[in-house]
Amino acid sequence: MLEIFLGLYIFMLAAFVGYGVIKGVPALLHTPLMAFTNAISGISLVGSLVAAGAHYNNVSTVLGAIAVLCATINVVGGFWITDRMLRMFKKQEPKADAAGDA
Amino acid sequence: MVDQVETLYLIASFLFILGLRGLTAAHTARRGLILAELGMVFAIWGTVIHPDIMAHLETASFFQTYKWILLTFFIGSAIGIAISALIPMTRMPERIALSHAFGGLAAALVGVSEYYREQVIAGHMDHTTMAAIGFEVLFGGLTFTGSLMAFGKLSGLIPGRNITWPLQNQSNILMFGGTFVLLVLVTIDPSNQVLFYAMAAMPLLLGILFVAPIGGADMPVVITLLNSYAGLAASATGFALDNNVLIIAGAIDGASGFILSVVMSKAMNRSFRNVLFGAFGKVDEEDAAMAVAGGERVQEASVGDAAMLLSGAGSVIVCPGYGMAVAQAQHVVGELAEILEANGTQVRYAIHPVAGRMPGHMNVLLAEAKIPYTSLMELEEINEDFKNTDVALVVGANDVVNPAAKHNPASSIYGMPVLNADLARSCIVLKRSMRPGFAGIENELFFAPNTVLTFGDAKDTLTKVVEALS
Repeated sequence: MLEIFLGLYIFMLAAFVGYGVIKGVPALLHTPLMAFTNAISGISLVGSLVAAGAHYNNVSTVLGAIAVLCATINVVGGFWITDRMLRMFKKQEPKADAAGDA
Repeated sequence: MVDQVETLYLIASFLFILGLRGLTAAHTARRGLILAELGMVFAIWGTVIHPDIMAHLETASFFQTYKWILLTFFIGSAIGIAISALIPMTRMPERIALSHAFGGLAAALVGVSEYYREQVIAGHMDHTTMAAIGFEVLFGGLTFTGSLMAFGKLSGLIPGRNITWPLQNQSNILMFGGTFVLLVLVTIDPSNQVLFYAMAAMPLLLGILFVAPIGGADMPVVITLLNSYAGLAASATGFALDNNVLIIAGAIDGASGFILSVVMSKAMNRSFRNVLFGAFGKVDEEDAAMAVAGGERVQEASVGDAAMLLSGAGSVIVCPGYGMAVAQAQHVVGELAEILEANGTQVRYAIHPVAGRMPGHMNVLLAEAKIPYTSLMELEEINEDFKNTDVALVVGANDVVNPAAKHNPASSIYGMPVLNADLARSCIVLKRSMRPGFAGIENELFFAPNTVLTFGDAKDTLTKVVEALS
């Protein structure tokens, strides 16, 4: 019984920390934020890895392997696309150049 | 071994939160991303040395133990990279919806796998684990099919309009309640496999039924809500597996989705309760008729007229909307801005929170067009400046610039915060046709005396304007 409460405490504190930190993310970065948290929640990879690697029984292994596939798409793809987006966000420089040319 | 695993998980959790903090400013965001990636490496490292996997390694070869992990990990990485590297920025909402589907499916499968292992094979499962697996399968399944529906609607595979049927909300809520009852029953008696599989199947149906009635313009709320559910599913997985890093990462994802859906529903002036019960996206036919008295005429402007207005302006605010994404017009918007700025015109961009199909959609597109993020303004930042601006250029936006939201209580979008495009000295609206926007109502802005409309594909029109000006 104690273990579940420990888990609930962790969940509650993590939710508050997440709420507090994410509140500060500007609207500018909301799409990268979604891709980013999506990659992090691909952490369910952790659960699928055990199911796929511990060879408890065939059903668990197959389900786990499919889950690893899905979660990996999210983790690797999510980080990749977040980086692709964040690389596009540029500060004022190009604008200053254009004005300078005029 | 357990100590090592937990230490690695602790480091991973720390790095996730630190990485997320980086995202609070554009110039630290990439550093944050690298920290989170590092965190993920630690989490995976901690998992491949999990005691259960190690136990198997003692009885079998390295390849035997890790073959499935390695195979699916490499295929998954290849697919993930291929999708992420190739997908155009305009289709980002579809990409995000699809990834929620994968996340939901992964969580649901782990849940079923765990149930199979502990209950079906080993014959025992305690009530708390059962409840956790129940929530995991519930949120996972709901997220999976709901996100697939959202993906279908966004990509045009399924009609984007609201699909409705009689007693829709009542039957949906009844089915949701039924699923919850099954969850309680299976928690009381985990050995009842029929109940469990029924409970696992119901959310799959619910996901479809919940998203079907929701129209395209409400997708930002749906996507953020599904984001939150995907996080909760991951967190429930953590409870089922006694895995703290999963609980933490899932809680963060859940909180993020929650915050974004609150932001979205506020920006649409919808209560959160309204959102949760899926009763949104309904078009009231009466409102459409009442919004604008008929018979008013719009003023049409040729490409030449629009170019003239823009070249004479000292300041321009661009109001982009979903139409800009559909027409892929972001690059030509950037070109136009460059020409105008070379002329000494101040060009800024007013981004409404729900412009587009997901939070931040317009920002990403304009950033892709090499527009510096410092000129992308949020609604509150720029709304007071419209009245001192020469030209408001509306590119494919509709409801988010409708002044009816400010002063017409009969309008269905009354009370929604909108961009003050009507207050600019003149307003140019680029529009494909006179078809009303997604809320199904006429836009008063189009009939205003200081507004001109230029019909045609936004990209074509802007390309011609750029040609005329250069």
